[in-house]
Amino acid sequence: MSTWIDIASLEDVPQRGARLVKTQLGCVAIFRTGEDEVFALENACPHKNGPLSEGIVHGKAVTCPLHNWVISLETGMVQGMDEGQVATYPARVIEGRILLDAAFLRERAVA
Amino acid sequence: MTQKLIVIGAGMATGRVLEHLTDASADIEVTLINAEPRGNYNRIMLSPVLSGDKTYTEIVTHDDAWYAQRNVTCRFGQKITTIDRAAKTVTTDTGDTLDYDKLLFGTGSNPFIIPLPGHDLEGVIAYRDLEDTNRMMDMTSCNKVVVIGGGLLGLEAAAGMAARGVDVSVVHIMGHLMERQLDEAAGYLLRKALVEKGITVHCQANSKEILGKDGHVKALLLDDGTELPCDLLVMAVGIRPNVKLAQEAGIAVGKGIHVDDQMLTSDADVLAVGECVEHNGAIFGLVAPLYDQAKVAAATLMNEPATFVQKELSTKLKVTGCDLFSAGDFADGEGREDIVFRDPARGVYRRLVLENNVVIGAVMYGDTADSNWFFGMIREKTDISDMRETLIFGPAYQGGSTADPLSAVAALPRDAEICGCNGICKGQIEDAITAGATDLGAVRAVTKASGSCGTCTGLVEQVLAVTLGDDFVIPAAASICGCTDMTHEDVRCMIKSQELKTMPAVWQECGWKTSCGCHVCRPALNFYLLADWPIEYRDDPQSRFINERKHANIQKDGTFSVVPRMWGGITTPDELRAIADAADKYMVPTVKVTGGQRIDLLGVKGEDLPAIWSDLNKAGMVSGHAYSKGLRTVKTCVGTDHCRFGTQDSTGLGIKLEKTLWGSWTPHKLKLAVSGCPRNCAEATCKDIGIICVDSGYQISIGGAAGMDLRETELLIQVPTEDEAMEVIKAVTQLYRENAKYLDRIYKWMAKVGLDWITQQVEDPGNRTALATRFEVSQSVYRKDPWAEHVTEKAKTYQPLADLTLEAAE
Repeated sequence: MSTWIDIASLEDVPQRGARLVKTQLGCVAIFRTGEDEVFALENACPHKNGPLSEGIVHGKAVTCPLHNWVISLETGMVQGMDEGQVATYPARVIEGRILLDAAFLRERAVA
Repeated sequence: MTQKLIVIGAGMATGRVLEHLTDASADIEVTLINAEPRGNYNRIMLSPVLSGDKTYTEIVTHDDAWYAQRNVTCRFGQKITTIDRAAKTVTTDTGDTLDYDKLLFGTGSNPFIIPLPGHDLEGVIAYRDLEDTNRMMDMTSCNKVVVIGGGLLGLEAAAGMAARGVDVSVVHIMGHLMERQLDEAAGYLLRKALVEKGITVHCQANSKEILGKDGHVKALLLDDGTELPCDLLVMAVGIRPNVKLAQEAGIAVGKGIHVDDQMLTSDADVLAVGECVEHNGAIFGLVAPLYDQAKVAAATLMNEPATFVQKELSTKLKVTGCDLFSAGDFADGEGREDIVFRDPARGVYRRLVLENNVVIGAVMYGDTADSNWFFGMIREKTDISDMRETLIFGPAYQGGSTADPLSAVAALPRDAEICGCNGICKGQIEDAITAGATDLGAVRAVTKASGSCGTCTGLVEQVLAVTLGDDFVIPAAASICGCTDMTHEDVRCMIKSQELKTMPAVWQECGWKTSCGCHVCRPALNFYLLADWPIEYRDDPQSRFINERKHANIQKDGTFSVVPRMWGGITTPDELRAIADAADKYMVPTVKVTGGQRIDLLGVKGEDLPAIWSDLNKAGMVSGHAYSKGLRTVKTCVGTDHCRFGTQDSTGLGIKLEKTLWGSWTPHKLKLAVSGCPRNCAEATCKDIGIICVDSGYQISIGGAAGMDLRETELLIQVPTEDEAMEVIKAVTQLYRENAKYLDRIYKWMAKVGLDWITQQVEDPGNRTALATRFEVSQSVYRKDPWAEHVTEKAKTYQPLADLTLEAAE
């Protein structure tokens, strides 16, 4: 069963930007695209743990600020010739509020 | 019918054979047997592993998944005991007997161990595999190590351990290091560089005996009586092809396993590749011919025609700070001539050996930038009679079209590294091109080649040109990125002429192919828009790299560095106290004095940035923009205030300049310096803009660089008064802002437009004033402290959006 936790207003995350949510096991990055879609990903690039929330968001992807790896916000897959994947978490926007799935965050705490 | 292939040994050569076979989906069932309990890794990268530049996992070329995906049956940690060539079977030490149609030897080589007394003591090792590397990595600054052998491998081992602080001595029997690749002069320079790294070098030293204690190595005794104490002794004196198994199976062997041009042994169903083979009397230790052999062996196995040809080889040493290159034959001999060039101050040595107007050998030390060009000449046997006079200075000094500009790149082997930042070789780029990446942007996206510092962009384009032939024209200027076909110059013209004042307007009018650009084009567009429309356009932080978005420099662990401005390098006790207090309060791990005459606080947490800025603001300090493509610092000397040689108030002018220019955005970073006299203590002549004060006024020069490129500034103009100097500098900065390509420093821009044109623009009094005025208009928006602004308006955005640490624990 999904229980959705209200995190913040959509407006708190800039378009083509990201903010962080702290969890017991490190930070989850909440991304907002130019089209106002919202994605939640582990805030660590599979390459050298670069903070993805600080990257440049373009289309449905983010470029890691450390070494320019490009990561799909939809799948977490690294794009291009590099290989790797970032964990993604369910996120949705309802009536201008960003919601995260509590079940997944709990699993994350247990994992 | 599917052929059964058994491969003996998982090394770099057989690994490459398997890649060729599986890439071609050959109808062959492969079993790979390896005595080492692991698959194929990049053995030549063991030195970077040793020095700590890479980890073992980074050099694994084939992991379990790779073998599984390609249906290679692996038997690792197993040895073959017998081969029955009549029955076409092999038997392993696990007692299994396996059938084969074809057998491939890749048994490699064994390190040669000199049979000195004591060579079997514990702690005497070779430098061959991961186990050896791990033994060396266990050494610390408390240990002493002796390396016997001053060749390529021995020196890489020595340098790798020295980099870890180990006390290393190299013992070499010959008169100079790397005598097979280097002549005496280059050997001398190399020795000097290694000694500077703390390595002790003994040449012409004969080892007599290895001394031990309780079965463990204790010291090496030389025949002159010298005793070199050590905890580990590494022998790196050469390799011997491993032919034992082949010999027992009755296959013809000499120094190595005899192979023909198709890599077939004396048995037509048995092939061999790599360091275990002997071809036309030669054996092989470098990787390039091994890869050539692998290609031929794979073709032979697939019944395709292919011939292995021995080529000229070149050597580079993988030791940081020792740039060294050698190729061909450089022994003295009748009918051979030398051309030598030395620059003692830079530690540069170049020697070419000529025979019948052809370069047959080259040795370079200290500056190897042109090595590929010379290597190309050796391989192509280019007639150099027309360029003999200037040959030694390299390709940049050759007039006319003496050589095909692409021949050097065409001659490079597949494993020649093109992109040093990302470790991308020519072969990988060729593969990407063959797979459909037919322009620079696509190659960059697929391989990352030229995607970091970009200095190899020209080389990558040449690889494209060589691979695609007439289908690829090296573009005069490449498009900004994959989002558009337009060049930087095109887009700048459009922004000005069409009065495009927002980013969506540019995307629309210039036909962007993506919804909202990418990390390459957006920062460029953001700069162009604010440079051309300072009043109308609003800076877009989301199109800026993190450093400029957060006004701090991101570090590798995600923390930031904070550099407050010190105008002209002048500070006060109060400022220093405030910096010290901030460093204490925010537990700053590293406080460093920068080259720009100020103080860097490194390791500040992102969340703490607004608070530390606020504290520094209260003490009267502002952002130093140490992170921006904009004005960084104005470095000064003390000038007439204190210096007995000073001709003008250089410090005062530096402060004035910094207070005028700070906050301005430029195509790339902008560094200035003002020296009070031609002694130039502020090092003004390697800055983007440098001012040298003289009795009669101010010499303003531009286009210096002291980074990846090293360049001296060139004189733009000399003016008699400080006011004129200020106006000229504002004008030239504005000219640069309005015209240069994003990420071109002044020297790169100057190379495109020419110093004469720039001088004309700022000499004309009307034009100079107009430029300076436009600069002031822009500064009316940007000459302010971004830290103060973020503290009051954006502090919240530096904090997490939510804290779920308690929530999730429920």
